[in-house]
Amino acid sequence: MGILIDKNSKIIVQGITGKSGLLHARQCRDYGSQIVGGVTPGKGGTSLEGFTVFDSVAEAVAQTNATVSMILVPAPWAADAIFEAAEAGIELAVCITEGIPVRDMVMVKRYLQHSKMRLIGPNCPGVITPGECEVGIMPGSIHKKGNIGVVSRSGTLTYEAVKQLTDADLGQSTCVGIGGDPIIGMDFIDVLKLFSQDIDTKGIFIIGEIGGDAEELAALWITENLKKPVAAFIAGRTAPPGKRMGHAGAIISGGKGLAGDKIRVLEGCGVVVAQSPVKIAEAMQAALNKN
Amino acid sequence: MNIHEYQAKEILKAYGVNVPRGCVAKSARQAEKAYQKFACDCVLKAQVYTGGRGKAGGIKTVRDATQTCDTAKELFKKKLVTVQTGVRGLPIKRLLVEEIIDVEKEYYLSFTLDRRSSRYCLIASTAGGMDIEEVARTAPEKIITLIIDSFLGIKPYHARRVCAALGLQGKLIDEGIKLIQSLYKILLEKDCSLLEINPLAVTKDGRLLAMDCKINFDDNALFRHPEYEKMIDLSQFDPLEIEARKFDLAYIKLDGNIGCMVNGAGLAMATLDILKEHGAEPANFLDVGGGASREKVASAFRIILSDKKVRGIFVNIFGGIMRCDVIAQGIVDATKDIAPHIPIVVRMDGSNLDEGIKLLAQSGLNVETVDNLKSGVQKIAQMMSKKQKS
Repeated sequence: MGILIDKNSKIIVQGITGKSGLLHARQCRDYGSQIVGGVTPGKGGTSLEGFTVFDSVAEAVAQTNATVSMILVPAPWAADAIFEAAEAGIELAVCITEGIPVRDMVMVKRYLQHSKMRLIGPNCPGVITPGECEVGIMPGSIHKKGNIGVVSRSGTLTYEAVKQLTDADLGQSTCVGIGGDPIIGMDFIDVLKLFSQDIDTKGIFIIGEIGGDAEELAALWITENLKKPVAAFIAGRTAPPGKRMGHAGAIISGGKGLAGDKIRVLEGCGVVVAQSPVKIAEAMQAALNKN
Repeated sequence: MNIHEYQAKEILKAYGVNVPRGCVAKSARQAEKAYQKFACDCVLKAQVYTGGRGKAGGIKTVRDATQTCDTAKELFKKKLVTVQTGVRGLPIKRLLVEEIIDVEKEYYLSFTLDRRSSRYCLIASTAGGMDIEEVARTAPEKIITLIIDSFLGIKPYHARRVCAALGLQGKLIDEGIKLIQSLYKILLEKDCSLLEINPLAVTKDGRLLAMDCKINFDDNALFRHPEYEKMIDLSQFDPLEIEARKFDLAYIKLDGNIGCMVNGAGLAMATLDILKEHGAEPANFLDVGGGASREKVASAFRIILSDKKVRGIFVNIFGGIMRCDVIAQGIVDATKDIAPHIPIVVRMDGSNLDEGIKLLAQSGLNVETVDNLKSGVQKIAQMMSKKQKS
């Protein structure tokens, strides 16, 4: 089970003839994901390392019945790629691309209000249901099938967390990187809703960071709606204000978005917060024991 | 990306928004000339990438040419330390010389992104000239917020509603509507992440005037605006930050002595947190990024090495797209000419780990390699404290 993707998911890759598009299409296929083709405008009808290339998403969907698209299109054209996926009837788009302008994402987000498509990202590592399907760029080997749902705003910090969970024999149902930008598709709450309904998910780990108030909103939602044990880690406790810490969304501005505030609210809502990035598995175990 | 007030006001002018007469000066002589041109009392405003200039002594009133010259000279000698800059402060290399205006009333007006709704929003207030965060704390009822429908934009009725809430009257309402729509146009066309007019003044002679303006551009949109590159004032950056910019590295100078190189922003932040937890002080934030080349890694490492305050280095890499052998090769390249005599701990995990370890071992560099974060941090903290004692 798990959420969003499983072994039956049929996936296309938008931007498949690009260097990273091809690399990750190959890696996902090696992991066992059903990559049924790719899209690069102008290269339709060709084939690349066994991947059939189409000119448009609509064409790819018509030919392959794909419902999932992994988007690795460069930033200037990425918003266009998301619109195209939505219009072609893709159900889940996972946008890995980093550096999409806010003005473009404002429009994407508005458009998606009237679309059935779910968007993960942009600027994210993607989604993985261990042992079944990977749609993303994470190293598959560190994951292990199990019952912890992971949702994160970060990339490599998620790998760090997953590695610790796996080493502590806490396997994962699905890991979702929702992205480090100020505007993203699915947020913590959207993913938590899915985890709350997933029978394979017995506990949830949240990885947040400074900037915005998504973690606080998630914490409030958890107290009112979620019966499963939750643990969390928030990065950036020592970050200086006013500086963009690598991620476009990771900035403390006007005294808002502080890690300390997020931690306080999460703890106030019954979430076990790891005090250190090396105590992630411990925090998860503590949350599981509590219930 | 930040720009100076005078640059922001040039953009406003180009879109028909009224600003006081002003002129940028890069020397005391130029400031004096500007004063003579306006032939009235003026303010000298330090052009630095920070707020809180007034309280820090970066804004001065001048009433004659000699005073202008003397005051300008003093300001140019100064490093402006505000609540936002930290102790290092920022040098003043440019002044905005501006006519003093008789003001009747002041307002606040800004556009930014509302992250909750993923839309742009307009924020206005009758408490002009005050820090908006302060107003939000002390008098939230004075704040008017308008969330803008991304498809619809700002229609005249939206703008009229804002003007009414601010209490504008008569022909100022029409001016206000025009102003709000012009600003929204700037926000979109220039890809601003913040466009703030504070204060927005109604003058004694009944005009709307943008007295101060702050614009930040969305860093992700710079590819659409190649002209922004030459607006950057390099004097406002640490030299190492300028170097990092060239290689497209996310680097922020901090006050400690442990240089850090990490892949991924979240992991980099967490690395700083855990170092501090162990009583160590990071010298920088550096995200080398995913899929960096050997050259990029080498330049990142050189930047850390050239920071004179650095007494030890901690590398934290969780390989995915980023391969451990590329990291190792980059480190070896960077240290080929000058062998560092400071402790280096490299924590690597993930793809091509064995090749990475081998490369570092063969290099003859004095590097400790570990495969998990916990022992990596313990090791560097230990080595640093030993060094301090000896």
